[in-house]
Amino acid sequence: MAGGGATGGAVQSETYREARTLLLLPAWVTLGLLTLAPLMIMLVYSFLTKEFRGGVIWEFSLDAYDQFFFDRGLFGDEPPKIEWTYIGIFWRSIWQAGAATTLSLLIGFPTAYFIATRPEGQRALWVFLVTIPYWVNLLIRTVSMKFLLRDEGPLNDGLIGLGIISEPLGIVNTNLAVQLGLFYSYLPFMVLPIYAAVERYNFALSEAASDLYAPRWAVMRRIVIPSVKPGIIAGCILVFVPSLGSFLAPDLLGGAKTFMIGSLIEEQFKGNAGNWPFGAAASMILLTMVLILLMIFARQSRKEAA
Amino acid sequence: MAKPYDLRRYPGFFAITLLCLVILYAPLVVVAVYSFNDSPSITIWEGFSLRWYVDVFTGPESGKFKEAAWNSFIIAITAATTATIIATLAATAVLRAGTFRLRTVSIGLISLPLMVPEIVTAVATLIFFNAIAIERGLMTILLAHIAFCIPFAYLPISARMQGIEATYEQAAMDLYATKRQAFTRILLPLMMPGIMSGFILAFIISLDDFIITNFVKGAGVETLPTAIFGAVKQGIKPNIMAISTLLLAVSIVMVALSWLIGRRDPAKGR
Repeated sequence: MAGGGATGGAVQSETYREARTLLLLPAWVTLGLLTLAPLMIMLVYSFLTKEFRGGVIWEFSLDAYDQFFFDRGLFGDEPPKIEWTYIGIFWRSIWQAGAATTLSLLIGFPTAYFIATRPEGQRALWVFLVTIPYWVNLLIRTVSMKFLLRDEGPLNDGLIGLGIISEPLGIVNTNLAVQLGLFYSYLPFMVLPIYAAVERYNFALSEAASDLYAPRWAVMRRIVIPSVKPGIIAGCILVFVPSLGSFLAPDLLGGAKTFMIGSLIEEQFKGNAGNWPFGAAASMILLTMVLILLMIFARQSRKEAA
Repeated sequence: MAKPYDLRRYPGFFAITLLCLVILYAPLVVVAVYSFNDSPSITIWEGFSLRWYVDVFTGPESGKFKEAAWNSFIIAITAATTATIIATLAATAVLRAGTFRLRTVSIGLISLPLMVPEIVTAVATLIFFNAIAIERGLMTILLAHIAFCIPFAYLPISARMQGIEATYEQAAMDLYATKRQAFTRILLPLMMPGIMSGFILAFIISLDDFIITNFVKGAGVETLPTAIFGAVKQGIKPNIMAISTLLLAVSIVMVALSWLIGRRDPAKGR
């Protein structure tokens, strides 16, 4: 995902030089028309006037962004104050995505490290085991998580049966449930890049540190982790970015108090009282945040490569 | 005798790995087990039964789910095929047509759907169809799916192509093969494992999609994920768990298939 890194690759030959326009034309047309153009039109829509039953009136207006950031009272004639509702929703989304990323890192790093230090023949099987759940429909995984966590569900039944707790934990509809859902959705994305980094790590460095009397955990903290940092950052980005704009986990596992960006945006388009320019503006703000994050990441990895 | 001091090993890491696997699999296993429960309740176990599987195919909601499954399948096959063709041609231009000004731009355009959050793509596509006044339905879902499947098809295809040296086509052309023949007779057959992986990945991604489909589908048109989502909103019912388990089985068959294709891959095997 690191910009062109994942999809790039060096030029291998000039064999099809004359045909290159023809070869690229289908991709340009499809992606230009169905991905790039829609993003441009979305930007335009965010500066239009809302139509009350969905859709827009073609008249320039800054209302959508104004509504996002400022509170001008019920009739719009009071002096503007900062509107905290939507900033709050974005802040909560960042917090939730951050918590899910931290959780994924705490579980994902040791897993990736363990897999990468298996004998070479075994590694593919372990990686395969970690990736299978990614191939299963995200909706089904989220529903399964809800089934497991709900008050009458197997987790609470099991814990009560074992006498560990006396009444259900009441996880569903809390922030924790959403964090667990996000963590569960994107955990493989954390494991894979860290695994790739640890597999390339030269363990002679660990040995050298150990020979110089570094304790085991100091080797981990001062040598291994700094060496595989690009993998860790890539994993965090791959979990954080989709978590930030996710819709299914907060919608199915959360409640009214766990409202996130994804739900806010969805509400503007799927309901009758939707406000399309506002939804477009919220999407633009989310997109800008994500692109800034990716740019920082790309610059960072270029710096480390150099 | 104590094991020799191994400085790669960290105490607790194996336990966390096991925990990781338990977390990844427990929800799926639990749902699969409860889908065989002979009870209309999703909480109490009343013995093994296939009644909810029978219900999926013949029950009162079976018509709705069959139609949704058919829509999902048609869209996934068409979108994955189109995306795979587009991605194969694009990869050839990016890797085997020298350097040119629009090369970097093209790579960026192909990875664009991977960088934009899904909900933003969904909003943008909905607004786009609205702006050019295309009626929403199966066609709009298909168009949206083709676009976001392209990078997923492209990744394994481009990875595979980077593993095939250009000398094979060069040798063919030294023996008077035309460029077209070098492409269809040499490059494409060598590319087949990558193309198949790309197709399977795109197929799964299309079959999996909920958010974009939910935005661009017309009223009354459902794919399997949107139909399941609609049903789950009323509460998790046993027939939903049976459908989920069936989809789970489809996913695992697809993974196994791609794994087998990967193993046949002469570049990876020995």
